[in-house]
Amino acid sequence: MAGLKGRGINPSRFHKSQLKFYAVLLPISAFMLLPIVYIFFHAFKPFDELFAYPPRFVTSRPTLKNFVSLFYAAGSSGVPVSRYLFNSIISTLMVVMLTIWISAAAGYVLSKKNFKGRDVIFSINTLALMFVPVAVIIPRYLVVVGLGLIDNFFAHILPLLAMPVGLFLVKQFIDQVPDALIEAARIDGASDYYILIRIVMPIIRPALSTVAILSFQTAWNSTESSSLFINDESLKTFAFFMSTLTSTTGNTVAGQGMAAAASMIMFLPNLILFIILQSKVMSTMAHSGIK
Amino acid sequence: MNRIREFLNNQSHWILLSPYIAMFLIFIVIPVAAAIALSFTYFNTIQFPEPTGLKNYITLITQDSVFMQKVLPNTIKYAVIVGPGGYVLSFILAWMLAQITKGPRTVLAIIIYSPSMTSGVIMSTVWSVIFSGDEVGYFNSLLMRAGIVSEPVQWLQSPKYLMTIMLIVALWSSMGVGFLAMLSGVLNVNEELYEAAYIDGVRNRLQEIIYVTIPSMKPQMLFGAVMAIVNTFSSGGIGVALSGSNPTPQYAGQLIVNHIEDYGFIRYEMGYAAAVSVALLLIIWGSSRVSWKLFSEG
Repeated sequence: MAGLKGRGINPSRFHKSQLKFYAVLLPISAFMLLPIVYIFFHAFKPFDELFAYPPRFVTSRPTLKNFVSLFYAAGSSGVPVSRYLFNSIISTLMVVMLTIWISAAAGYVLSKKNFKGRDVIFSINTLALMFVPVAVIIPRYLVVVGLGLIDNFFAHILPLLAMPVGLFLVKQFIDQVPDALIEAARIDGASDYYILIRIVMPIIRPALSTVAILSFQTAWNSTESSSLFINDESLKTFAFFMSTLTSTTGNTVAGQGMAAAASMIMFLPNLILFIILQSKVMSTMAHSGIK
Repeated sequence: MNRIREFLNNQSHWILLSPYIAMFLIFIVIPVAAAIALSFTYFNTIQFPEPTGLKNYITLITQDSVFMQKVLPNTIKYAVIVGPGGYVLSFILAWMLAQITKGPRTVLAIIIYSPSMTSGVIMSTVWSVIFSGDEVGYFNSLLMRAGIVSEPVQWLQSPKYLMTIMLIVALWSSMGVGFLAMLSGVLNVNEELYEAAYIDGVRNRLQEIIYVTIPSMKPQMLFGAVMAIVNTFSSGGIGVALSGSNPTPQYAGQLIVNHIEDYGFIRYEMGYAAAVSVALLLIIWGSSRVSWKLFSEG
């Protein structure tokens, strides 16, 4: 069985035969990381270093000035940056919480309840995995107009709630929960609502964390609602503000530091959340296959 | 009171399912249906849509020279490189990560996944500074000091380079959920299958991948493929974000998504834009069918 030693999926120890993989992975990781490290340094650069020629990658005298000027800067109609940030935080939190609840409820029903139409609904959802919102951006806009949601804060939230990937992952994960557990609770007289909230949701926490991350990313990064559905400047989000920051300041050096500081505010919450939840995400992904 | 409770318990499945179904219908099904319906009309958002039959599609195929000469070839080039290219790359990276120990694997996986956390459109801020057109831009300064170019190049405004830069940025941010699914797929392949395969005469790593790894993680491969397709077509706004204008310089980075926005929100020809949307939906559906054929188990 000499061949078996050569194969090393998930090795427990380092061996020099793994060096060749590092030789490929490290340069690629460096390329992936570079722009992010760059934002980090750029955000802390003082004014004269931003102007410096030749441009230097590393900051020699870090400063918080870019963040300060970012927060003193105001949007085109005098809306303070903190307002955009506030809108982003509130709308993202609402999207995350509602998506978790909606996906968990639907996933439980599609996985553990028997009723007519169940399989059809799940197949339609699987088909909708390939749904690309930007493809139907115009009818989506018309729907929002039709619902009277223009300039309504809920225009940030409602369009993002149905997340086919989220429901798919949650349903696959609930499939792993033993039926006997749910039957036992039912015999004890528990209602579906009780079973869902007290038994299923605690067990499927990894899948719900994954839904949380995915919906967080969608909501936090979304500029669609602010640029199309909302005209009132004071209701727009930070992601949108950031996109105007780059288009109005262009590549002028003064704006660059602020843009980098803003990108950092956009990026960091995603990263921190993922680092905290990554092991849960990976265990959810084990059930992600489409069969 | 009892009757309400009875209703709540007997119909619990529909009650729990209804929020999802409602949102799904309103923001996914209706927009798709509306796109199909509007594509057969003339609609300028002010007057009621006027049916025009297949006129939009005929115009799209026979008269829209920008679409046929620029947008469609650009989209195909972009989709083929970012879609299958990014997909193969994410499989290779996932497979390699599975060959190293857990600690470094987790760190490298987070790094490789991190660009996809924020959308490529937002991260174009960063890239637009790196590829900035004056000598303060990092890339220009690097090339000038190395003596490769003598004057700064207008990377993002140049029809010659814009597409390449779009491809780099898109590939950079394409290691998303599909990548994680494939990593988990490779890690969860049953060990015994490998042992059996070696007894049956598998000789090397490549054979191992073809005969064991990929067949036993087909479901994840399919999930990854669908995610790659979605990611490819969702990131279509990247050319406009990088160059800062729609249309992009000489339509060099114009993709279908930009064409839809150009007609829908700049020219207000919603019916025609809807026809372009339907064309895009068909392309996405077609590419998904291909991956379904390749990896479906039943």
